[in-house]
Amino acid sequence: MYGSQGAVRVPYERVADWISAAGVDLLKLRQSEAEAIFRRIGITFAVYGEGGDPERLIPFDLIPRVFGASEWRRLSRGIKQRSRALNAFLYDVYHRGEILRAGVIPEDLVYRNEAFLPEMVGIDPPGRIYSHICGIDIVRTGEDQFQVLEDNCRTPSGVSYMLENREIMMRMFPQLFAAGIIEPVDSYPVLLKKTLEEAAPMKCDNDPTVVLLTPGSLNSAYYEHSFLADLMGIELVEPQDLFIEGGLVWMRTTRGPQRVDVIYRRIDDSFIDPLAFRPDSLLGVPGLFDVYRSGGVTLCSAPGAGVADDKAIYSFVPEMIRFYLGEKPLLENVQTWRCASPEDLSYVLSNLKDLVVKEVHGSGGYGMLIGPHASKKDIEAFRLKLKANPSAFIAQPTLELSTAPILGDGGVEKRHVDFRPYCLVGRDIRLTPGGLTRVALKKGSLVVNSSQGGGVKDTWILAD
Amino acid sequence: MLSRTAQNLFWMGRYMERADATARLLEMGHRMSMVPGSSDMDEWRSVALAAGAQDPINGKPHQTAADVIHDLLISVDNRSSIRSCLVQARANGRAIRTALTQDMWEALNEGWRQLDDMAPETSRRNLPTLLEWVKNRTAAFRGASEISLLRNDGYCFLRLGGLIEQADMTLRLLDAKYYVLLPETDVVGGGRDYHQWTSVLRATSALRAYHHVYKGDYNPWGIADFLILNATFPRSISYCHRTIQRFLDDIADHYGERGPCHDTATEMVARLDGVHIEQLFQAGLYDFISDSITANHRLAAEISRQYHF
Repeated sequence: MYGSQGAVRVPYERVADWISAAGVDLLKLRQSEAEAIFRRIGITFAVYGEGGDPERLIPFDLIPRVFGASEWRRLSRGIKQRSRALNAFLYDVYHRGEILRAGVIPEDLVYRNEAFLPEMVGIDPPGRIYSHICGIDIVRTGEDQFQVLEDNCRTPSGVSYMLENREIMMRMFPQLFAAGIIEPVDSYPVLLKKTLEEAAPMKCDNDPTVVLLTPGSLNSAYYEHSFLADLMGIELVEPQDLFIEGGLVWMRTTRGPQRVDVIYRRIDDSFIDPLAFRPDSLLGVPGLFDVYRSGGVTLCSAPGAGVADDKAIYSFVPEMIRFYLGEKPLLENVQTWRCASPEDLSYVLSNLKDLVVKEVHGSGGYGMLIGPHASKKDIEAFRLKLKANPSAFIAQPTLELSTAPILGDGGVEKRHVDFRPYCLVGRDIRLTPGGLTRVALKKGSLVVNSSQGGGVKDTWILAD
Repeated sequence: MLSRTAQNLFWMGRYMERADATARLLEMGHRMSMVPGSSDMDEWRSVALAAGAQDPINGKPHQTAADVIHDLLISVDNRSSIRSCLVQARANGRAIRTALTQDMWEALNEGWRQLDDMAPETSRRNLPTLLEWVKNRTAAFRGASEISLLRNDGYCFLRLGGLIEQADMTLRLLDAKYYVLLPETDVVGGGRDYHQWTSVLRATSALRAYHHVYKGDYNPWGIADFLILNATFPRSISYCHRTIQRFLDDIADHYGERGPCHDTATEMVARLDGVHIEQLFQAGLYDFISDSITANHRLAAEISRQYHF
């Protein structure tokens, strides 16, 4: 909220005035009201492997995070550029592999990657789009500096919070929005549906029927699945609602079978089709992949899209942008050491106490080491893990993350935040002005994942 | 609509009505146990019978009023306890969030854990308040559905489930209490019978309504007539059957297809058409009740077959 000189930054003026006018006590009261509303609506988030309440509430912080109009213009150009490059990369690695032949990215990193699906080689998804929703995680590392922390090309979650957080804020503080200076976010579901319809498969000759495929109501993101299906007015299906016949996908309805053209799937690759992938999967739809391959249905995102968002591939995204688009990358990466390379590994091993080390395939903030916050014992334990399997890890410097104000026990306090916008890739590239701001609610913590005690905030993009 | 969605709507309707009807049965038991000269356990056993929990649950037969209250209100072993019903209705709703309106979901979601971890003693002590709360929850849910749900096939399935359950509950209450309606008890007379009759009406929330229709003349014929044949009372068998037929016809018109469930519903309505309560008593009230319970179950099964759930 404050610039390097200690003064309130311009975009935040409105928020600062509001906090001082309302006073901390009143805001705290309103915050507990907001939580009651979330609970009643049923916006919950399950945390795997922790036991306890399977329908936990994700903490919501009342004080919005703000981006100015010119900041957003810059970010938005960079986000769209990155999304285009990631899709171009996916098409390339499942076709001729030009970028590998050119020696820009090592072949092993792609072909021996767990997320690379040989079954996808040679398949042409409609519009050559693999990742229809790119969630690009961004941190601010200086007053004018942004860096990308990671890409999410499969099925990034959290967009329901972008919409619900705004809804709650508008409901509780309408006066803040009265002047019309904050860009609305409610176009997202319309744009998402449009993007999915544009992905209609070759064999679809009518208006495409789009469905959202969820693993079911026990999934941690189930609320989001139902919320999005509802806002788009499409069916929320579970695998047992679908079946394959005559080379097409059908859903079981009260009037008999109905054809399905586009599946926005919120199920991992390995679970979509037990015949093609994991035979032990109880979740999938047998034969789905074959129908996909023959153009009978479109899966969004395409199977195998995960090869582009792996943390080892991540470090090459700026190269992809130069290679495929011939452009200068507009968003920087965070410096990354790939432990697979012996040189990088030795640097990482001798600097563990200053670095953040992450699993290449990890997500959700699990299994990572934050050097500056770890005990000697933890560091040594991690050192063994790292040496045993270096290629499973990458390391990054501990960033000077920007902070945003939150309502804490002691009034307004500072916490670290990151930001995830959701870029939609269809015939056009569409970006709703907003995103999800995640905040590390524990004092001093750098981990914003909701599974690790992180919370969320409304994010404002100011209009010009 | 997805068959799974129809199934969840249907069962959500059933569970909410079952929770509501069970609350009314418990109220009846509570009230009867306060009447002088009543044999406490007999009343509670008939409550358990009407709620379909006459068999020992969890291996223990009901010994005390507290056992019955526990089994019908907060037991997790009894799939039909009020708590189980509310939990299952919410699970049905959660599985098909998109088919529900926000208002309906909030009605299902609000306070759904209220009965968790409640000690049997607490539940008995607070019984009237708890039952009031349950009735409020189910009323809020019904109200939310009525004012906010689109009148399409989904609404029909929700209502069908509720109506099948209402018919079933009224029939089972009659099944448990039919002996008090038999003509010979009429001769016995006295305060005790009066309480028995009014309790049956209470369990269906029909006491005042009955009063309006029959001018306060409580007698077994009138009560049976009211609960079975009265076309205006929403828990009567006749009303439930007619309304079931109407919703099934709506779906058939919409889909352009009829099936065996439509024939069964038509038959059930025809069976009560123009019938007088004397005829039912002459032909045997008990047989009528058990046949109707079977027919109601068959209809529910036919509906789920017809719509693939």
